[in-house]
Amino acid sequence: MSTTEESIMAPEHASAQGKGGSVAYFIDDRLASANFTKRLLDKVFPDHWSFMLGEIALYSFIVLLLSGTYLTLWFNPSMTEVIYNGSYVPLKGVKMSEAFSSTLTISFDVRGGLLIRQIHHWAALFFVAAVSVHLLRVFFTGAFRKPREINWVIGTLLLVLALLEGFSGYSLPDDLLSGTGLRIAQGIIQAIPLVGTYVSMFLFGGEFPGTSIMPRLYSIHILLIPGILLALITVHLIMVFYQKHTQFPGPGRTESNVVGFRLFPIYMAKAGGFFFVVFGITVLIAAFVTINPIWLYGPYTPSQVTAGSQPDWYIGFLDGAVRLMPNLETSLLGHTISWNIIVPALVVPGIMFTALGLYPWIEAWATGDKREHHLLDRPRNAPTRTGLGVMALTFYMILQVAGGNDVIAAAFNLSINSMTWTFRFLLFALPPVAFVITKRICLGLQRRDNDKLLHGYETGRVLRLPSGEFLEIHEPIGEVERAKILAKPDVIPMELPASVDANGVRNPKAAKSVMRAKLSQWFYSDVIPTPTDEELQEAANHAQHELHAAQSHIKEIASH
Amino acid sequence: MNELEHPTSEPYGSKEGKDLVSGITIFPMEPHVPRKSDIDPKAARRAERQVATMFATSSLMIILFVVAYVKIPNTTLITIPVIGTVNANHLATGFAFGMAILLIGIGAIHWAKKLMPDVEVTQERHALTSREEERQEVASSFQRGKAESGFAERKIIRRSLLGALALFPVPLIVLLRDLGPLPGTRLRETIWEKGMHLVTDATYRKIKASDVPLGGLINAVPENLLEIEHEEENLNQRGKASIIVVRMDPADIVSQQGENWDYQGILAFSKICTHLGCPTSLYQQRSHHLLCPCHQSTFDLSDSGNVVFGPAARRMPQLAITVDSEGYLIAQSGFDQPVGPSFWERG
Repeated sequence: MSTTEESIMAPEHASAQGKGGSVAYFIDDRLASANFTKRLLDKVFPDHWSFMLGEIALYSFIVLLLSGTYLTLWFNPSMTEVIYNGSYVPLKGVKMSEAFSSTLTISFDVRGGLLIRQIHHWAALFFVAAVSVHLLRVFFTGAFRKPREINWVIGTLLLVLALLEGFSGYSLPDDLLSGTGLRIAQGIIQAIPLVGTYVSMFLFGGEFPGTSIMPRLYSIHILLIPGILLALITVHLIMVFYQKHTQFPGPGRTESNVVGFRLFPIYMAKAGGFFFVVFGITVLIAAFVTINPIWLYGPYTPSQVTAGSQPDWYIGFLDGAVRLMPNLETSLLGHTISWNIIVPALVVPGIMFTALGLYPWIEAWATGDKREHHLLDRPRNAPTRTGLGVMALTFYMILQVAGGNDVIAAAFNLSINSMTWTFRFLLFALPPVAFVITKRICLGLQRRDNDKLLHGYETGRVLRLPSGEFLEIHEPIGEVERAKILAKPDVIPMELPASVDANGVRNPKAAKSVMRAKLSQWFYSDVIPTPTDEELQEAANHAQHELHAAQSHIKEIASH
Repeated sequence: MNELEHPTSEPYGSKEGKDLVSGITIFPMEPHVPRKSDIDPKAARRAERQVATMFATSSLMIILFVVAYVKIPNTTLITIPVIGTVNANHLATGFAFGMAILLIGIGAIHWAKKLMPDVEVTQERHALTSREEERQEVASSFQRGKAESGFAERKIIRRSLLGALALFPVPLIVLLRDLGPLPGTRLRETIWEKGMHLVTDATYRKIKASDVPLGGLINAVPENLLEIEHEEENLNQRGKASIIVVRMDPADIVSQQGENWDYQGILAFSKICTHLGCPTSLYQQRSHHLLCPCHQSTFDLSDSGNVVFGPAARRMPQLAITVDSEGYLIAQSGFDQPVGPSFWERG
């Protein structure tokens, strides 16, 4: 059949296939996309509430692009001074930058302008929060393992970019609060050894504050970073699509399949609907809860500051680190190294994000596990990883809380000095404690799982036997739970290599291998084996027996 | 091959019922439990009504939005318990718009959950690794291309190309040069100089020594700041030259950065924190401590402005002051050190 004939035939097929058919034929005649489209429509995604966290991040990002585009229609990033003459009376006649004045215009003179600003700010807070919690979900379930390491690295980059994007946007209104944040950022840049003053002069077009920074931040905020974010998010999603989503263990779930619902129509409706839910809730919160009321802070001037100044939540950990760092500064050969600034503001976050990005390889190296993983770990079944994660989270949380030490001190009437010292101590003392406790909890949960397998769950029905003995009825757990528990993977720690081979020759690589093997054994230490088939069988027999005994007792009682 | 479906309860993997990849015991899929709307046509119709009601209400909300946008003036304020006084137009349009969107979302999810099939489907994963032959083919293609290009053999081309590529970003960096001036001595200088009057920060009035109350604090700037009309330069100088003037009992002064830099217990210090440049603003007159609100660095103004707490590493620079013939405060000289946060070249 010639192509001409085919394309002539196409409309007839289309009418048979319904209205959408002609569009489908039009596209397929040009892209041969039928095979891809079929796979797309039929694609199966697994169902779990925690898989929606990444969706929230994605949808918040779309809301940000939409609301941000509207804001650009009225916002003017210029730092030229003007005398405000808009409808917000308390600031009438006050000198301010056009950036601040146009933000006031959006808030008070453009109908719906305040709503768009509030949507944009709330969506930014939700975006970073969703990215962070999504990251925690991926970490604690081991979803970052082979073959998904690249996507983990992209995710880490997305988090860093989200922080930069948030900070640059927060600075744009040129209000007193954000200007103070910008001043701190400038101080940090200026403290970079060797090039700090140059970078600062170039970025700000001279000294702080200058009049160049807002237009520059603006192009970074609305073009550069969103462009990179959009590109990376696209790659992130294509990878999820191509590699197929991970799934939690359960009946019928294996390493080589995906169990769930098809994209069309179930996920089209569920995920599409969820976009509207995220968007709708953001709009409602924006309508009812005021965020960043810049008109109360006033315009920025470098000689003023507000007490209790706080950044947006996601910068809190950095602010906390800067607050906790002791005041070390070295003067060396006519040069100043400000440890009190570069350590908390550059070195600590540098190490944190590098370690985060490299974690999949660190764990694979430590465990020697190079297999593909498509079934997720329940966090309890990877106690060392879960412990490490909670340890890092504890470190982060202490920095976060320390970032609000003045607010806490004021609220609870505490001494800021003793609080700072307490946080300095806790920053090093708490994370190891958190590691140990978390690991213990995980192991405890594993033992409980084994108990459930062997002895069933406690029904809460207690029998008193004629002999006076009390007996609680245990019932076997359901198949779904049983499958979940039994899916715990067997772990194989690396074996210690022999330091000499069979001929008594020293193995030069032994020392390194011993270290790795020890690391692997530490990672997998305190393994609690799942009951063997024999043990399960025996427990089942025992339970059956007990149940019979109990039932005959009941019958006995009934017959009396 | 990845379109296999197993809605039945056949286990995967080997005959022993173990996953071939992980060795985990495979359990058959749990049997599907029908929902109420699957078996009871009434429940299905109820769900249908609920979904349609949500979509219809969403449309009504959009109409409400347009009406609110047009009819409610942007200046109307209303007071609502808990929320406080808010712009009525903002609240009404936000509520209507938010509800309209939310109802579409909830409706779609409700539809999917109640009326679309909820039987889970199984799909096989495809291998994420290519076959070995394919990998070999890629390697040989690469080798062929490499040989054809002569990249390995033609050393002179390779080296000159690498050199050219290494230099290619240079213009991209050089072109950034005019983003700003070189640091020079800017960070070391302020516009303070000998004999300069101290004027108040807001109203630019000269400060008479006898008018400074004991325990009081005055924010001040140099008088010549007024002469700088260029807006950018004015802002930059304000960011460096701002000072605070405090008066304490001369007996309370433990030490100063220079001899007789005070005038009868009146001391002047830079206002810009030596940590990260925030304007310090909280002064405790009894302890003479000056606190920066950003990171809580605390300076003792009665003791040379030394750091008594917090992350700042250097004391607050002091400005030597005295009075002119009419009793107004003036500077004895400019600052003897750079003010504000540290930098590499500071020394």
